[in-house]
Amino acid sequence: MNILSTDICIIGAGPVGLFAVFEAGLLKMRCHVVDALAQTGGQLSEIYPKKPIYDIPGFPEVLAGDLVKNLEKQIEPFKPTFTLGERVERFTRLDDGSFIVYTVAGTEISCKIIVIAAGLGSFEPRKPAIEHLALYEGKGVNYMILDPEHYRDKRVVIAGGGDSALDWTIFLANVAKEVTLVHRGTTFRGVPESAEKVQHLAEAGKIKLLLKSNVVGVSGEDKLEAVTISFNNEEDVVQETDYFIPLFGLTPKLGPLEDWDLELQDGAIVVNTFDYSTSIEGVYAIGDINTYPGKLKLILCGFHEAALMAQSAYKYLNPDKKFTLKYTTVNGVPTL
Amino acid sequence: MNDIKIYVQEPSGDKTPVDAPTDMGLSLMEVLKASGYPIAATCGGMALCATCHIEVLSDHELPPPSDDEGYMLDSLPAVTDNSRLSCQVRLTPELDELVVKLGAGD
Ligand SMILES: Cc1cc2nc3c(=O)[nH]c(=O)nc-3n(C[C@H](O)[C@H](O)[C@H](O)COP(=O)(O)OP(=O)(O)OC[C@H]3O[C@@H](n4cnc5c(N)ncnc54)[C@H](O)[C@@H]3O)c2cc1C
Ligand code: FES
Repeated sequence: MNILSTDICIIGAGPVGLFAVFEAGLLKMRCHVVDALAQTGGQLSEIYPKKPIYDIPGFPEVLAGDLVKNLEKQIEPFKPTFTLGERVERFTRLDDGSFIVYTVAGTEISCKIIVIAAGLGSFEPRKPAIEHLALYEGKGVNYMILDPEHYRDKRVVIAGGGDSALDWTIFLANVAKEVTLVHRGTTFRGVPESAEKVQHLAEAGKIKLLLKSNVVGVSGEDKLEAVTISFNNEEDVVQETDYFIPLFGLTPKLGPLEDWDLELQDGAIVVNTFDYSTSIEGVYAIGDINTYPGKLKLILCGFHEAALMAQSAYKYLNPDKKFTLKYTTVNGVPTL
Repeated sequence: MNDIKIYVQEPSGDKTPVDAPTDMGLSLMEVLKASGYPIAATCGGMALCATCHIEVLSDHELPPPSDDEGYMLDSLPAVTDNSRLSCQVRLTPELDELVVKLGAGD
C-alpha cells in the first residue's frame, strides 16, 4: 500500500485541476493530483488534443495538447506529485478534520483539503454489450493494455477499429503467440500507415484479421477460454483464446463520485459561488464537475474558480494568519 | 414553412414526433437535445465524443459519413450499418419523416 501526505488532494488532472496547483502554490499549499487516466489534461488530452482552442485569454489560438503542456510547465515550480491511472473511489474524514482519499489501486492520500476537479467524470473504457462479459473482467478480458509483456506467448483477440486497436495489434504481433483483430467494418479510417501495417501483417500470416465481424460471446470455466465471433452476422465461429481485449475508446462516467454524500444536481456538484465550497467543509469542487446558477462549462471559468477556491482553502487552513493578495508581478512565482 | 417531422422510436416502440426547422442550419443532435432527449453532446458536435450516436430506422438516403464521423463510428462497440452521429446529420427537407432510435449514449 502506498500512503502519501499533502495539503490539498486534487481529484482530476484536467486543465482546471492542473491550474488549481498553481493557485494553491502561490499560497504555499502543496498539492497531490490523482487521475484515472494515465496522462494529465482530462478532456483536452483524451478527446481533442489536436484541436485549436480560441477562448483562452491571451492566446488567440492554442492547441488543446499545447495548453496542457503549458499548464504543466506553469505548475512545475510547485512540485506537485501525481498518482495517474488510478480512480479515486472514496474519502473519509478523520477526527482532526483531515481526510484520507482512497484510490481503486489501494493508494491512500492523507490531506487537509479535497478539491474535486473531476470534469464530466472519470474516463472509463466503453464496453461492448456481450452477455457475461463482466464475469471475465480481469480473468482474460481487459479493456486496457497496461503491460504488453503480460501477453507474451499468449493468444489474444482484439476488437475495435480505432487507432488504439490498430496500434496494439501491430505491437502485440511481435509479443503474443497469436493475435486476432476483429473489426465490424471493411476498412480502417484511422492513421493510414497503421492500417497498412495491419494489412501487411495479415497478408504475411503474422496476425489474423477478421473484417465485417463482431465478437458476440465469451465463454470459459473459471477464466476466459474462448470467444464467439460472428462473421457478417451470418456464421458464428468459436475461437479459443487466452485474452479478449475490446478497445473502443474511453468515455467519462460520473462513477463513484455519486456516492460521496455531496449535494448533486443533474450529475454536477452544487457549490457556493463565494468560494466553490461544497456541502462538506474542506471539500471544494471546481471546473466542469460543479454547478451553480449561470454556470458555464468553460476552461476559463474553471480557472477563475480555482483562484477563489485557493484563497478560501488558505483561510480555512490558516484561520489566524492575516492575508493580503499578492500579484505574481511583485515577487515572481515563489517555489515550495 | 420549413419544418419537417422527425420521429424518435422510444424503447417502448412508440414513435414520438419532433418538429425540426430546416432553415436554421441545425443538426439532428441539436434538435434532439433541445427536445429533451438525454444526449450529452460532450464535444459540442465535433464528431469526437459519440454521445450523440443514433440509428436510422427509416430508409432515407442520408449523405454518407465524413471520414471523421466514420472513424468515430468505427471505434464504437455497439454500432450497426445504420448508425450515425446525429451531430453530423444536417436537417434538410429530404429528411422529412425520418425515424431514428437513440444509441447507447456513450
Ligand atoms: C471537443 C471539445 C471541445 C471543447 N472546446 C472548448 C473550448 O474551445 N473552450 C473551452 O473553454 N472549453 C472547451 N471545452 C470544454 C473543456 O474541455 C472543459 O470545460 C474542461 O476540460 C474542463 O476541465 P476540468 O479540469 O474541469 O475537467 P476534465 O477536463 O473533464 O478533467 C477531469 C479529469 O478528472 C478525472 N476524474 C474524474 N473523476 C475521477 C475519479 N473519481 N478518480 C480519478 N480521476 C477522476 C477524469 O479522468 C479527467 O481526466 C471543449 C470540450 C470538448 C470535449
Ligand atoms: S456531439 Fe460529440 S460526436 Fe456528436
